[in-house]
Amino acid sequence: MANENKSVWTSISFWRRSAGWVTGFATILLIWLTFDTLGQIRMGTDEELKEAVAQQKEINRVPAPTVINYHINYKMDEKRGHEVPVIGKKELFFGKEWNPQEAAELLHLGKLTSQAKNCMNCHTLLGNGAYYAPDLTKAWLDKAWQKGGPLQAMTGKNTVEEAMAEFLQHPSQYPTHARMMPDLGITADEAKGLVAFLKHMSSIDTNGFPRNFSKTVEQFKTGGTNAH
Amino acid sequence: MLTSIKTNQFEGSESKKLAMMYFRVAIILFGAQLLMGLIAAIQFVYPGFLFEIFDFSVARMVHINALVVWMLYAMIGSVYLMLPDETGIETVGIGLGKLAFWVLTAAVTVVVLVYILIQVGPGTESTIWLINEGREYLEAPRWADIGIVVVVLIFYWNVFATYMKGRKTGIMTVMVADLMALAGLYLAGMFFTDNISMDQFWWWWVIHLWVEATWEVFVGALAAYALIKIINAKREIVEMWLWIEVLMLFGSGILGLGHHYFWIGTPEYWWEIGALFSALEPVPLVAMFVHVLYDWGKEQGIAKAKGEAGAVVKNGPAMAWIVTNAFGNFLGAGIWGFFHTLPQVNIYTHGTQFTAAHGHLAFFGAYATILIGMMYLGIQEAYGIKQLRATFKSKMAIFLITFGVLGMTVALTIAGYEQVLVERAELGAGWNAFFAAQDLPWYVQAQAWRLIMGVITFVGFIYLVWDLLTIGKVEQAEEAMVATA
Repeated sequence: MANENKSVWTSISFWRRSAGWVTGFATILLIWLTFDTLGQIRMGTDEELKEAVAQQKEINRVPAPTVINYHINYKMDEKRGHEVPVIGKKELFFGKEWNPQEAAELLHLGKLTSQAKNCMNCHTLLGNGAYYAPDLTKAWLDKAWQKGGPLQAMTGKNTVEEAMAEFLQHPSQYPTHARMMPDLGITADEAKGLVAFLKHMSSIDTNGFPRNFSKTVEQFKTGGTNAH
Repeated sequence: MLTSIKTNQFEGSESKKLAMMYFRVAIILFGAQLLMGLIAAIQFVYPGFLFEIFDFSVARMVHINALVVWMLYAMIGSVYLMLPDETGIETVGIGLGKLAFWVLTAAVTVVVLVYILIQVGPGTESTIWLINEGREYLEAPRWADIGIVVVVLIFYWNVFATYMKGRKTGIMTVMVADLMALAGLYLAGMFFTDNISMDQFWWWWVIHLWVEATWEVFVGALAAYALIKIINAKREIVEMWLWIEVLMLFGSGILGLGHHYFWIGTPEYWWEIGALFSALEPVPLVAMFVHVLYDWGKEQGIAKAKGEAGAVVKNGPAMAWIVTNAFGNFLGAGIWGFFHTLPQVNIYTHGTQFTAAHGHLAFFGAYATILIGMMYLGIQEAYGIKQLRATFKSKMAIFLITFGVLGMTVALTIAGYEQVLVERAELGAGWNAFFAAQDLPWYVQAQAWRLIMGVITFVGFIYLVWDLLTIGKVEQAEEAMVATA
């Protein structure tokens, strides 16, 4: 062209090249971070889980499916400044201990069922999904499902897993609100799988989400939450 | 250089006819999206509505799927509309393009019917292959995923081959590169894993890198094309702006992906990366807004200096929608996104109606608006109208839809704010905390207002369809009358 650009700031080729470099750099950085993250969020193995529990070591961010054989808690970590999952002693799950293969198969069934029944279009999982029904990230740890909690009591069962499985199979028999969960034809096996999926999800290190989990509504309603 | 754009005759362009076919299906799916949204909104207020017949999960699934699919239809239509203008030649594979259109439309029909009639399946692989995949936005069963990939490959080949054969403008260069990324990213959402963290990690590669990166660049390219078309903006300036927008959109949007990796099991470093880059995401949206208004003012000023009377805008309704896009993109994606993008805020807002508020205004402001504008551009050409002016119906449509969506956004923001304070901050997000917050008057009232605003949006939509069906004939007749007078 006869009239060359006087300034680089109005030069199309300058901006085109800059756009290319910036996009390329961002993409490369994203790919590099992705490799690092994929390593950190891969599902752990049973050996890693056993070792971490025995030595009170830091655990995989996503533990092995056999985590369903352990008691899970969610406690404030002073150093990190938020709650983190704590894997405790062994406990039975549906009355038995699940070997690695059985646990993996159960989790597989549960994850598949969670997609087949479209859970995510009412609930949120890890905070993602729809906002029509409660978040399920730490549902396994919800006080309402524990012994003495209203949700466990309503099903007439004695353990968290049995109460949840009963609810999932006949949700509209146990209304907790005018907004009810519909009957999705969940079988007994699928319900077990779903509960394993929920228990496993509660053991994932979510950087403290949700925060301040499961303070009771009773504490809220009586006012002055900490006034005893 | 621009003569081919000015003299292009619609009758001679099969590509533009194909564009109109895509627009027609897009508008039908847009209607389906709004109807499903109304059902879901009613269920928030009256939970017994269609319970165990057509549950919220089904209505919501069709609501968001119809949204994505109508936008993809309108995007493909927009590309077929601009291809002959930009490349200066007819699209290479029209026959194949038409075949792909019918295959896609048949597939979409089957998928929607299965969603509505079968809804859920047993917890087996076959459900994921045949009924639905149960992953928000990517519910389409696997067979349809594969079909979509094939159709998109045909579409992409068409665009690429036409681009290679014809003139290579800056706008088309951006478009061709962007569409490749857009199509390729879909593959990241096509696998099953038992690991929910891994699942969501890749899920966001599709959702975020579509909506907050490749789709935004797509809109930038569309706006550039439309500004040349509607107000005769100078190509050199428009294309320079486009490259700056690409730089800023990809520069912030690609790593902005980090703001979805705060709480899904991914490491803490995403807090800083996500916060920094997503906080920059509104910057290009401001730039796009400034750019559109600046060019408009400049071209009008030049016309005035030349002593020309009247508006430089050659398509009133399209320009109105594009200006709404510039503002809505900044407000919905930029401001409403920034509201809750920092991890310190997001730990409380994540998974509340805050997200829904942002989603409504952003999808509307950033995408629905400009795609509707493109439909008006198509109609103008289809009827060979020199200057398409807005009718009463065009004005009612844009006013009611924009007002309705803004109203829904405000209502949902209030609902989200209450949820954040009561359910999240005070009660800590358990089952009972959720319902305690859902029952408080602030929340209930907000949901009622959302429903009312949804109805207003729907009335606006009826005006829009009515206008799109009639404006061409009306304006054509008027122009003929002026010409003979």
